[in-house]
Amino acid sequence: MKYAYYPGCSAESTARDLNQSALAVVRALGIDFEEPKGWTCCGATAGHQTDRLLAVSLPATNLAKVQDMKLDMVVNCAACYNRMKVANHEISSRPAIRQGVHDALDRDYDGSVKVRHLVEVLLDDVGLPAITRSLKRSLNGLKVACYYGCLLVRPPGVVKFDDPEDPKSLDRLVTAMGGRSLDWPCKVECCGGGLALSRTDVVVRLTESILDMAVQAGADCIAVSCPMCQMNLDLRQQDINKRPGKNYRMPIVYLTQLLGLCLGFGPGELGFEKLMVPATKVLEKVNAHA
Amino acid sequence: MITIKKTKNSRALKDAVEALSGVDLSVCYQCKKCSGGCPVATLTRSRPSEIMRQLHLGAADELLGSDLVWMCVSCGTCSARCPMGIDVAAVMDALRWLALEHGAPKPQGNVPLFNRAFLKTVETFGRAYEIGLIAGYKLGTGKLMSDVEKFPVMLRKGKIALLPPRGGDRQAVKRIFNKVKASTGAKS
Repeated sequence: MKYAYYPGCSAESTARDLNQSALAVVRALGIDFEEPKGWTCCGATAGHQTDRLLAVSLPATNLAKVQDMKLDMVVNCAACYNRMKVANHEISSRPAIRQGVHDALDRDYDGSVKVRHLVEVLLDDVGLPAITRSLKRSLNGLKVACYYGCLLVRPPGVVKFDDPEDPKSLDRLVTAMGGRSLDWPCKVECCGGGLALSRTDVVVRLTESILDMAVQAGADCIAVSCPMCQMNLDLRQQDINKRPGKNYRMPIVYLTQLLGLCLGFGPGELGFEKLMVPATKVLEKVNAHA
Repeated sequence: MITIKKTKNSRALKDAVEALSGVDLSVCYQCKKCSGGCPVATLTRSRPSEIMRQLHLGAADELLGSDLVWMCVSCGTCSARCPMGIDVAAVMDALRWLALEHGAPKPQGNVPLFNRAFLKTVETFGRAYEIGLIAGYKLGTGKLMSDVEKFPVMLRKGKIALLPPRGGDRQAVKRIFNKVKASTGAKS
């Protein structure tokens, strides 16, 4: 199984742990990744809030590179995944946009490169039976609140990822790893995303309601697959805890970190040391019966 | 109650938004599901359903100064839940593009400044550079001290890259930015 792998900018900075754990997981499962040469930023929220041509052309230049590689594109960052899918949708459904992108890229791109999230590859291409056979450790009943956020599941008609209100992809993987995926109501709530710096107050409010619900559901950790969600939920706990009576200590781990542990990698190979709230409880639970 | 200020050309904003977003505003029947699911609607003065109604009734450019225009986090919950399939999030994008184009008043928190700082690093390096973005944004707002206690820890943990990204095809990105500037004036 070979794919073009688009890491996204945060893979080189705030989500090195996501990238590191994803690469470990695919290595263990025999998946081959090749990065498109000279890949560039997808524009993220800043791009689409500023200008349509920019919003579509920045992903398109990467999609065009992948088209030349004649492979499907795998993306692990939910935000990049979303921008790639939306760009494909706009280019293939609106000829004027395709023409604008053609001018900006100095080449034609038709919107046809297949964009997959790593979770989709794991479930649909590798499959749960093959993953289960490769496991070396169990999550040993670890109680995991799977958090999907916004950009993996919306807009549903464009991303076509899973049920937009009650997605189960991450939960299925957690269950296969021997964890207990929790039924909780914040799976697709918003963490405040790109307002992290410009309206930190909003992010603190939104993340607190998500963390509070995870605590009430009895979670040992929250599993995410979006760098922005990870950052907001992990980093903002110390801001929330400055208020009297608040003491959140909820580890926010990437799904690929959990899977990496179960595939036999050590925490140091999966970037666990980069988490702001240490995942001690998670590691103890998994290593205890390893 | 929804009030709007009538102007001579009361269809101008509605027409512009419909053209940019591809949304037919007249099919909205004000069920308010968009406002019910909106994560910031309890924090803003205006709600998505109100913006939809005001646009439909022919609101003027004043609407571009609504706090929701830049408080909207682009989470897409409104679009996903609209029973009429209206892409409300696309309407919000269109309002932002028009707000930038028409020089609408800057909101609290200055999201446009954040976006400019982000895109500047992309234009320069081909990939986003978080420390450059944070520096650009903080210098622009003058709020230099917010979150400073977190950087030493993040750097020590290797949770944020100190040096700018290399390896991105800077020429391809530069070309895109130049085309965008040429097609819209120097707004980005």
